Amino acid sequence: MTTAVLFDNVSRYFGAVRAVDRVNLKIAEGEFFAMLGPSGSGKTTCLRLMAGFEQPTGGHIEIFGETAEGVPPYRRSVNTVFQDYALFPHLSILENVAYGLMVKGIGREERRKAAEDALAMVKLPGYGTRRPGQLSGGQRQRVALARALVNKPKVLLLDEPLGALDLKLREQMQEELKSLQRSLGITFVFVTHDQGEALSMADRVAVFNEGRIQQLGSPEEVYNRPKTRFVADFVGSSNVLSADLCRKLGLKASFASLRPEAVAIAPPSDGALSLSGTVASQSFLGATNRVVIDVEGARIAVASPAARGVPPIGSPVTLSFAPSDLHPMEDA
Amino acid sequence: MTIVAESIILPERRSTAGRLSDFFWRHPHVLLAILLGPPLLWLGLVYLGSLFALLLQSFFSIDEFSGLINYEFTLATYRQLLTDANLDIILRTVTMAALVTLVSAVIAFPIAYYAARYARGKWKALFYLAVMLPLWSSYLVKVYAWKLILAKEGILTWFFEKLNLLWLLDAWLALPLVGGNSLSVSYTGTFIVFVYVWMPFMILPIQAALERVPQNLIEASSDLGGTPAQTFRYVLFPLALPGIVAGSIFTFSLTLGDYIIPQIVGSSRLFIGQAVYAQQGTAGNIPLAAAFTVVPIVIMGAYLWMAKRMGAFDAL
Ligand SMILES: Nc1ncnc2c1ncn2[C@@H]1O[C@H](COP(=O)(O)OP(=O)(O)O)[C@@H](O)[C@H]1O
Ligand SMILES: [Mg+2]
Repeated sequence: MTTAVLFDNVSRYFGAVRAVDRVNLKIAEGEFFAMLGPSGSGKTTCLRLMAGFEQPTGGHIEIFGETAEGVPPYRRSVNTVFQDYALFPHLSILENVAYGLMVKGIGREERRKAAEDALAMVKLPGYGTRRPGQLSGGQRQRVALARALVNKPKVLLLDEPLGALDLKLREQMQEELKSLQRSLGITFVFVTHDQGEALSMADRVAVFNEGRIQQLGSPEEVYNRPKTRFVADFVGSSNVLSADLCRKLGLKASFASLRPEAVAIAPPSDGALSLSGTVASQSFLGATNRVVIDVEGARIAVASPAARGVPPIGSPVTLSFAPSDLHPMEDA
Repeated sequence: MTIVAESIILPERRSTAGRLSDFFWRHPHVLLAILLGPPLLWLGLVYLGSLFALLLQSFFSIDEFSGLINYEFTLATYRQLLTDANLDIILRTVTMAALVTLVSAVIAFPIAYYAARYARGKWKALFYLAVMLPLWSSYLVKVYAWKLILAKEGILTWFFEKLNLLWLLDAWLALPLVGGNSLSVSYTGTFIVFVYVWMPFMILPIQAALERVPQNLIEASSDLGGTPAQTFRYVLFPLALPGIVAGSIFTFSLTLGDYIIPQIVGSSRLFIGQAVYAQQGTAGNIPLAAAFTVVPIVIMGAYLWMAKRMGAFDAL
C-alpha cells in the first residue's frame, strides 16, 4: 500500500498560535480521509500544508514518498476545492475548468474537450459559457470540483466543500462525492466540522482539537470507542461518565463513554449494568426521542425509539446497558 | 422595561425633524430627488452645457481680417486643425500622454501591489501618506522644483557627476528629439515631471483594484499549476485591469490637457493645452481653441471604447 501523504511530527505556528501541533498521519493511496474538528482546530492549516500554501514550522511532510517542504503549490500534483470555491470571476465556466490544463500548455481543442467531460461528470453539461456569478452555490461547488479533477490529481483536498449548501443538496453531494471518489480511485482529504458527514463518507477520520489529532481511526472506532473526552463530546455527543459513576459501575478508568443509543429506559436484563435516576428533559427528534436522565447530579442522554413513548419529566426511571458499550477513556 | 411595555408602536414624533424623517422614510424617492437634484442640475446644465457650447464653437470660424467670430456652420476650423503644424502638436501630445501613461502604469503596479497585498497597519498608513503627500503641495511649486532639479546646474547633474556617469547623461542629451541642452529644456524632462506629478492618480486606482482581488484566487491559480508569471498574466492582471484603465484615464487625459508643465519644463514646442491657451488668449481664435479641445475628448472616447472591447471592464 502506497502512502499518499505523510505527516511526521508536523507543526505550524503563527506567532504564539499553534495552528498545527506535532501532527502525525499517514494517508493511504485511494483512501477517503476526513479531518474532523471544531472551527479553529487546525484542519484548514493541515490542508494548506499539503497543498503547499503553508510551510511547516517543524516536522516533515512527504507526498507519495517525495519531500514536500519547499515545493511550491504549482509543482505539486495536488489540487484543492476551496471552501468558498475561488472560481475566477473574469473567466467563463469552461475557462475556469480548463485553467489547469491551459497553464500546463495543453492545446485549446484538447482542453476544451477535457473540460466539457469534467463538467459532464459533475452533472453540469452545457454550462461552459456562463460566468461563475450566474451560478448557484451548489453549481459553483461542482465547477470547483470539476476544475480540480480535470487535472487528474494524485490527491484531492476538499476544505468544507459542502459547508455552504443546504441540507438536501449537501446529502446529495455527499453521496455523489463518495461514488466519484470510488470510481476515480483518487485519494481524497476531506475537511469538515460536521461529524455526521465525516463518519458517513470517510474510510478513516482524524479528530482535531487545538491543532492536535485527538484520535485517528475508522468511523466505527471513533464513534463507538472515543479515546478522549473531547472526541466523545464532539463526535455525536456521547455521555461521559465521571469517576464516581465509573466506580459505582465497577470500572477502573476515571472516565468512560456511553453512547445515547446504547442505553435503554428499562430494567436490566441478565448481565446488563443499570443506573437509576429521574427524567430531566426530553425532546422529539423524529425517529427517536432524546431523553436526559438525572443520575445523582450527572446527566445522561438516552436516544429512545419514538415508538416507545417517554415517561413524564420528574418520574423515576431505570437505565440499562451492556457492559461492552461502556468504553474507558484516557483523560478528561 | 415599563416604558417599552406601554405601547408596542412608539408615538409619532412631533418635532419638525421627526416628521421630516418619517416623511422621507415613507417617500425615499423624494429624499433621493432632493439629494441628487442640485448636483445633477449642475452637471447637466453648467458642465455638459458648457461642453456642448464649446463643441459648437468649433464649428464656427474666425474672420481672418476682422478677427471676429463668424457664427455660421463650417468645417473650416477643422480643416485648419488638420494642417501640418497643428497635427504636429497633436501627435506630440498624444505620444507624450501615451508614454507617460505606459511608464506610470509600469512604475505604479509594483507599488500598488505591495500596498494592496503586503502592507498592513502603519506601513499602509505610510503608503497612503507617501502617495498622497505630493498632492497636498502646490502643483506649481512641484513643477518649479523639478525645473531646478533638472537644470544644467541642478542636483541631478551633480549626482551624475559624483557617480562618474556624466557621460551617460550627456549621451542621452545628445540624442535627437528626446535630448537637448539640459534635461529641463528637453522632452525627457517634460516626461519625467509628468510621470511624477500624475503618479498618485495611477497608483491609487490600481491599488484599489488589487485590494479587491481575493487572495484565494491567487492560491487557486497556483494550486492548478500556474507559475507566478502565469498567475500574474491570467488572474492578477485581468482583475487589476479596470484599475489600470481607470488610472490611465487620469494620466492620459491629464497629460493631454496640461499646459503648464511643458511650458515650464521642456523644449519650447507646443502641446495641445498650450495651443488651446494660446488660441483662446493671444490669438483670440476661440473656434480653433475649441477644435483643439475636441481632440482629447475624441481620443479618450476612442480609448474607452477600445478598452471596453478588449474586455477591460469584464471583471467589474
Ligand atoms: N495566516 C494565519 N495567521 C495567523 N493565525 C492563523 C493563520 N491561519 C490560521 N491561523 C490560526 O490557526 C488556528 C487554526 O486555524 P484553521 O487551520 O483555519 O482552523 P480550522 O480550519 O480547523 O477552522 C486558528 O486559531 C487560526 O486563527
Ligand atoms: Mg477551516
